[in-house]
Amino acid sequence: MATRHTLSREEAPPQWPLPPRQRPALADHSRDTLMAYLETAPLDEVDISDPIYWEADAHGPFFRRLRDEAPVHFTSLNSERHRGYWSVTRWADIMAVDTNHQVYSSDAHLGGITLFDMDADFIMPMFIAMDPPKHDVQRKAVNPIVSGMNLASFESLIRSRTEEVLDSLPRGEAFDWVDRVSIELTSRMLATLFDWPQEHRRKLTYWSDVSTSDPEVPGNPQKEERQGILLGMLQEFTQLWNAKVNAEPGNDLISMLAHNPATRNMPPMEFLGNLVLLIVGGNDTTRNSISGGVYFLNKNPQEYAKLRANPGLVESMVSETIRYQTPLAHMRRTALEDTILGGQRIRKGDKVVMWYHSGNRDERAIEAPESYIIDRPRARQHMAFGFGIHRCVGNRLAELQLKILWEEILKRFDNIELLDEPERVPSAFVRGYKSMMVRIPA
Amino acid sequence: MAKVTYIAFGGTETVIDVAEGVSLMEGALQNGVAGIDGDCGGNAACATCHVYVDADWLAMTGDRTEAELAMLDLADGLADNSRLACQIFAGPALDGIIVRMPESQH
Repeated sequence: MATRHTLSREEAPPQWPLPPRQRPALADHSRDTLMAYLETAPLDEVDISDPIYWEADAHGPFFRRLRDEAPVHFTSLNSERHRGYWSVTRWADIMAVDTNHQVYSSDAHLGGITLFDMDADFIMPMFIAMDPPKHDVQRKAVNPIVSGMNLASFESLIRSRTEEVLDSLPRGEAFDWVDRVSIELTSRMLATLFDWPQEHRRKLTYWSDVSTSDPEVPGNPQKEERQGILLGMLQEFTQLWNAKVNAEPGNDLISMLAHNPATRNMPPMEFLGNLVLLIVGGNDTTRNSISGGVYFLNKNPQEYAKLRANPGLVESMVSETIRYQTPLAHMRRTALEDTILGGQRIRKGDKVVMWYHSGNRDERAIEAPESYIIDRPRARQHMAFGFGIHRCVGNRLAELQLKILWEEILKRFDNIELLDEPERVPSAFVRGYKSMMVRIPA
Repeated sequence: MAKVTYIAFGGTETVIDVAEGVSLMEGALQNGVAGIDGDCGGNAACATCHVYVDADWLAMTGDRTEAELAMLDLADGLADNSRLACQIFAGPALDGIIVRMPESQH
């Protein structure tokens, strides 16, 4: 029987290129084929971290089976690549891990917060990948950017930009919603948060995509190339830092980092790490929830009709969309000691993956979780933002951006028509869309 | 049971009878009190039910647990009388309690 613990670095030293991945022998990797396979495949023979399942949005049956049959389940298939990992799939077990940072560490040096370890030769410490007390002081340095007062001051800016972007959209012709709306709005917001030049905002999107991209997927930058691009980003941000550190503190993220004693002397890789965190956190997530809303409303016309009839449902629709999308499918921890979780023995050093996407579909915690219901009671009770000390720091800003967007959409367009199935991101971490063709009737 | 007065950041007061053993977060949610979200369902894991307990009542609400304090410490506007409403449970001793919401929850 295969080992049921995460291999140590000595047992599975980092290799590049990674050893070949074992995959099921299937006629094709279409959604139907993969879902049919996952309905009956032996659970131990599936490595759900394989991007094929995510690109086709086919992972659902596997997580349903894990929740029912093996809620804390170890995957050793392909462990020479990922060292082996526990999948935690029920709401209550995920909550138990997420709120126990004393046992379940986020430390970058143990691999960090995603299923695949950070490159061992390119560790980027960032506060989401730190434990207390350092996590706490660094997080507090940037917390003021999303304070209640600051959000109130952002509101009119977000609204005027949203109006501008929506008013520029073509009528009666096909266009890519991801590019024209989701990326456009999130990159403008991100540039504002960083006080980064608006004319170069798409660089932020590019760096965000590179940070989370899988170097093995054809077309993505390879390992060294990826590291080079991120170092280039560090260089450009260092110029901005130098300008901010010698100026009066502004109301932007770089000023906050440069003027706070907890962060002003960060080593370069830690500065880079926190940049990656804030860029990905402020970009990928909201972007994919913006796209997801259009997709889900098209797939659920009765919900779209409800929303048109009652724009007062926007707030709960936003929460339901974030739950249904779960733009970050998982977060990972590393056990600091032997422990028991869901009846399974977790060993010190084991990788523990909390599948938020599965927790958000757990019928033990959420009624009719497979249905998209925009006026769901207690729609806010989802786990897409995580729980505990690492809970998304920007959640209220994300909700504000989405709320304003849908208010303005409903004022303008009776329909945003989905023309085709979207192209999805091949990643078990970022659950998102590369493109989504739509048309707004003339 | 306890009569609980919730005062939103803007000053709006809502008075609710919260049943014995029910948390002040749950009491607010069941009655639609604005400013208390309770996203984690009562696990002291989201800090969306942050309240300031009026001085006269603070001692009666008991001690903050380590988990509660860890969440409050990262929340906007931590004060000595900060509590998570999901960790305060109604009972006769709290009849008349007054709690106020921070700016970030409005």
